[in-house]
Amino acid sequence: MNIFKHEFSIKLKSVLTWSVSIAVLIFVFMALYPSFAADKALLGDLLTSFPKELLIAFGMQDMNWYTVLGYFGMLFVFCQICLAIQAANYGFGLVSIEESEWTADFLLTKPIQRSRILTSKLLAAVASLAISEACIWLSSFAAIAIFSGGEEIQRKALISLLLSMSAFQLFFLSVGIAISLIVKRVRSITPFSMGLVFGLYILNAFGGMIGEKSLEVLSPFKHFTPTYIIQHGAWDWSLAMISMAVALVSLIASYFLYERRNIASAV
Amino acid sequence: MSMIETDHLTKYYGKSRGIMDVSLNVEEGEIFGFIGPNGAGKSTTIRLFLSLIYPTRGKALIFGKDCIQFGAEIRQRIGYLPSEVFYYEGMRVLDLLQYSASFYQKDCTQRLHELADLMELDLKRRIDDLSYGNKKKVGIVQGLLHQPDLIILDEPTSGLDPLMQQKFFNLIREENKRGATIFFSSHILGEVQRLCNRVAIIKEGKIIDIQDIKTLQKNNYKKIEITAEGLDEKRLCIDGVSNIQKMNGTISFFYKGDINAITQLVGAEKIKDLTIENLNLEEIFMHYYE
Repeated sequence: MNIFKHEFSIKLKSVLTWSVSIAVLIFVFMALYPSFAADKALLGDLLTSFPKELLIAFGMQDMNWYTVLGYFGMLFVFCQICLAIQAANYGFGLVSIEESEWTADFLLTKPIQRSRILTSKLLAAVASLAISEACIWLSSFAAIAIFSGGEEIQRKALISLLLSMSAFQLFFLSVGIAISLIVKRVRSITPFSMGLVFGLYILNAFGGMIGEKSLEVLSPFKHFTPTYIIQHGAWDWSLAMISMAVALVSLIASYFLYERRNIASAV
Repeated sequence: MSMIETDHLTKYYGKSRGIMDVSLNVEEGEIFGFIGPNGAGKSTTIRLFLSLIYPTRGKALIFGKDCIQFGAEIRQRIGYLPSEVFYYEGMRVLDLLQYSASFYQKDCTQRLHELADLMELDLKRRIDDLSYGNKKKVGIVQGLLHQPDLIILDEPTSGLDPLMQQKFFNLIREENKRGATIFFSSHILGEVQRLCNRVAIIKEGKIIDIQDIKTLQKNNYKKIEITAEGLDEKRLCIDGVSNIQKMNGTISFFYKGDINAITQLVGAEKIKDLTIENLNLEEIFMHYYE
């Protein structure tokens, strides 16, 4: 419990920053919706004039722009990128930060098993992510209520979409931890998390553009495509299961690797 | 009872050597010195004791228990002061010490404040703002606040001023009187000499000698200096003489062996001045490493 509290209090500032930033993003984008809705026809023309590949790259190909949820789904891709970076940051930093700042010598010489350290840290990270997600739930509902202009929305679709955040972040969190334990040393977190997030994002975009299905299968951006979830009112379970399986395997591997890890000395 | 017992403890980092076949015993109540130059394997050995790293071969028992299998249980009774200062960003001294105390089953509050007073540590300050020496003090308090039975020190005095060093040594001696066993790793030989009962010397990953510190000085080499006119150093070359140096008519050398043999030899010469002294640890140490 002490480790959980400590870890959680360290993350609190970052959680607030992320939550507020994503909430602002949602509000700013949604504030533009009324003017989009007013010029539906114009927008339709504009979109058809774009190259199809570009639309696919940004996940806008099948989007129904004219409904509030269609619009929300488009902006949600940007939220996903932010959520992915946040989760990947926490994942890559979870144990590696102790080594790069040499606090591992402090923590791991205390009378506590490594598996318990990892569990506490993991729970603290999950709690931190959950708080961010809760903020996004609230701001999504609020922004849609304010800016939809009384338009009917499919609640089930929205809820499915927002629920996907948890699985989506869990993927980046656990893959981040596993990679940070596979490599010898993580000196700086940002290159790793940016690499993972944009790597997988581009993989999805690229796969969509060239119509190569096997590339998309690797990316959680594909597994939890907002367009799909909004159109079907449910996840694409066969793909979502891939993300969740990868997350599970990463977690198991992380425990295995952390238990056996040689903690490099400071000098 | 042996507090620490290692049996052919070996650690390789990939192909590069950490330590090889380290076997040593540290008895209850001892202050055991562990000396060697940088990179000899001192920290590696200590990190194995604390199961921060895992051995390639061999094993270490602490309090008679395997240090990996019973790691968490053993560490309840170990206090560790690492050579490097480490701290979580943005924490105050008191926060960190309380966090540290929260891992132990006993109430450490009183001891925490006693130690902080003794080391003149300001508990309200943020650790980031402290000087290196003051951070080191945080490390000392953190390592001792749970009154451990075994205290492992990895080059603890760097960054402390001489007054603080003195206080620290007194503190360690007190802990020892209370019953704690001390494992003291250092490359500063003076402090090992002042503090320790026994000492192990490690060189390139291998233990080359373990001795009582008094025996090490007494039964070991003598440093002899002779000032005499027309003395030919070749005549002094008997068994046990080494490291002969000649400077301004003074010949100095190390000698190990029957002291009569050398006094007879010297007695036959017409000498102006003669000193025979024990080597200090530093000289013994240098000798081991040449």
